[in-house]
Amino acid sequence: MVQLNALAGGLFILTVFGIVGMRQMIGSLRLFVIQSLLLAGSACILGYEYTSVHLFVVAGITIFSKAFLIPWLLYHLLSHEIHARREITQVLTIPTSLLIAAGLVICSYFMVRPLLETGATAFLSVNLPIGVAGLLIGGYAITVRREALPQLLGILTMENGAFLAGVCIAPNLPLMAELAAAFDVLIIALVVGLLTRSIRKRVGTTLVGKMASLKEEE
Amino acid sequence: MELFIILLIPVLVTLICMIPVKMRGVSAWATIIGSLAVFILSSAVAFRPDLASHGSTAALGSLLSCDSLSGLILLLVSFVGFTASLFSLGYMGKTNGEHRPGRTRRYYARYNLFLFSMLAVPVLAQVAIVWIAVELTTLFSVFLVGFENTPEALEAAWKYVVLTCMGAAVALVGVLILYWGLRASGGENFTWPGLLQAAPKIQPVFLKTAFLFILIGFGTKAGLVPLHTWLPDAHSQAPSPVCALLSGVETTTALYVIIRLLPLLRGIPGNPASSWLITFGLLSAGAAAFLLIQVKDYKRLFAFSTIEHMGIILVAAGLGSGAAHLGAVSQILTHAVTKSFCFFAAGSALLVTGTRDISSVRGLIRISPVAGISLMLGGLAIAGAPPFAVFLSEFSIIKAGLAAGHYLVIGGLTLFIAIAFCGIMYHINRMVFGRASAPSVRSALPLSCKVTLALAIVPIVVLGVFVPHPVHTLLQLAAVSIGR
Repeated sequence: MVQLNALAGGLFILTVFGIVGMRQMIGSLRLFVIQSLLLAGSACILGYEYTSVHLFVVAGITIFSKAFLIPWLLYHLLSHEIHARREITQVLTIPTSLLIAAGLVICSYFMVRPLLETGATAFLSVNLPIGVAGLLIGGYAITVRREALPQLLGILTMENGAFLAGVCIAPNLPLMAELAAAFDVLIIALVVGLLTRSIRKRVGTTLVGKMASLKEEE
Repeated sequence: MELFIILLIPVLVTLICMIPVKMRGVSAWATIIGSLAVFILSSAVAFRPDLASHGSTAALGSLLSCDSLSGLILLLVSFVGFTASLFSLGYMGKTNGEHRPGRTRRYYARYNLFLFSMLAVPVLAQVAIVWIAVELTTLFSVFLVGFENTPEALEAAWKYVVLTCMGAAVALVGVLILYWGLRASGGENFTWPGLLQAAPKIQPVFLKTAFLFILIGFGTKAGLVPLHTWLPDAHSQAPSPVCALLSGVETTTALYVIIRLLPLLRGIPGNPASSWLITFGLLSAGAAAFLLIQVKDYKRLFAFSTIEHMGIILVAAGLGSGAAHLGAVSQILTHAVTKSFCFFAAGSALLVTGTRDISSVRGLIRISPVAGISLMLGGLAIAGAPPFAVFLSEFSIIKAGLAAGHYLVIGGLTLFIAIAFCGIMYHINRMVFGRASAPSVRSALPLSCKVTLALAIVPIVVLGVFVPHPVHTLLQLAAVSIGR
């Protein structure tokens, strides 16, 4: 079980790298779906191990909202964007980005070490650092990618990272909170998707990184 | 039960606003009446005599609860919510025109949802659900920020949603670590009182890590430097009544969660939270003081002033003595009422002149005496001139800091307040006095805007002269609940 969970964790971090390194929108979105399925898988493994029904429900909610509802929503709101056959514009080249992302993974191991020293299980020492790495790399993807949809996927990756850590460190969190959080992620996708659409309509581009008219200097 | 009704009213009003009726002004008046009712109920809750800092009133099982600190925040949110809804009546009537009822309805529906999420933050008891409420304040206000639908407004809305959602994800990890620590120590209730009870048994490393994550995450939402970049954009591009809510109370609700964690860390030797808060606070106050000198847009001026005030509150909360905590909660109170007034004044100036550019507004007092005088008073009040409320609270923070021997911190803070004072007054003076520039849109101020300005200035003046007994008691109880 520990090894299976480690496998899910390892694949999860690979998909997180993919969010930074993918050149096309549709690929990024598919990776996000795989990432969410891996998160659900890890939740199932932990649920079996801790015999917690909560975690199976969490896995179900994750699959339903992140693997079906959000991609469906984005397909409908932003179909032009998703099928755009062009490279995603970004600030740094992809190899540099991947190198920095690798650095962030190492960074996250050092960040969580004091927490793991309080007596962690084998599951924790996989999920916690990988979750925090997902958080950091998702944030990094937002800063380095210049387009709207990849930035949204960055936010969702950050949330996935937080939940990957969460299923392990808080397996008994009241179900109400889990439900509401899944709902919350849906609203994020909806709000950001709608906003992207109105930016596309009004400004004519979704290169949000280029929008910089609001600043002090003229 | 009142708490439940307080949350129910904005939801009901949202539904009313969504009904497509032919009659004009239904949504506006429903919002005004609803938010007035919320304000009255919130005052009843906040000034209830048995609202001691220890005993908190609960409703709906253990889902909602309210102690003195939440009572204070609830009171502020509902007060600004009411005045801003009144200001919206005139502002939307003027800027939106009468012929676009659908747009007005959408505005009020979003307004009420936003109000709902902000009212929910202080009264929710479960910490995990508080996180969701804070996240919802962002998501419900995004389309209010981008409401003007100009490229600038959409840019501001984008920066706002992306940065604050990033912050929320970071804070989520903090909340989860807090829960982990609680469970590891054998605690059961993931509520504020439950955490407080379990705090001495939770290992310090959990508390410290969780606090740092939540400070960074929700600090983004409160506009702490260096994660403040979205704030001046969002707070200047939104319609003025929304700016009053965003700047006056939304930042405060994010700060409320951070401040709530302070008593948990008191038991840790050396109390690291204190030095983190002072560092972040001084950095924010200092950077904002210098940034607001060079602004070109007067709404951005007030937005930078919000960052400065968030810094001052954090420093006061970090100083750690009882007097400093009293100063911090008074500053929360005075900042919320004063900053919302400033944005009403700025909104009036915008209605009268039709521009946000400082250098194109001259002699405002001649164009519109009401807008000119309000802007002058607002500028003086927020910059911290006597006899207004902010002066008293800033003075009490400085006094408390000096009494506790933090000379260097207080020296820096005083310097930044002085620089911000000069910066704000320099710009406001240029706008208010001088020869009148020919305004591009010359129009009279709607009555409801004038009424709002008259209403909103009352607490600023009254609290600057003396603090009424019930308010004083509330502030003291809230200070105790931070310092426990």
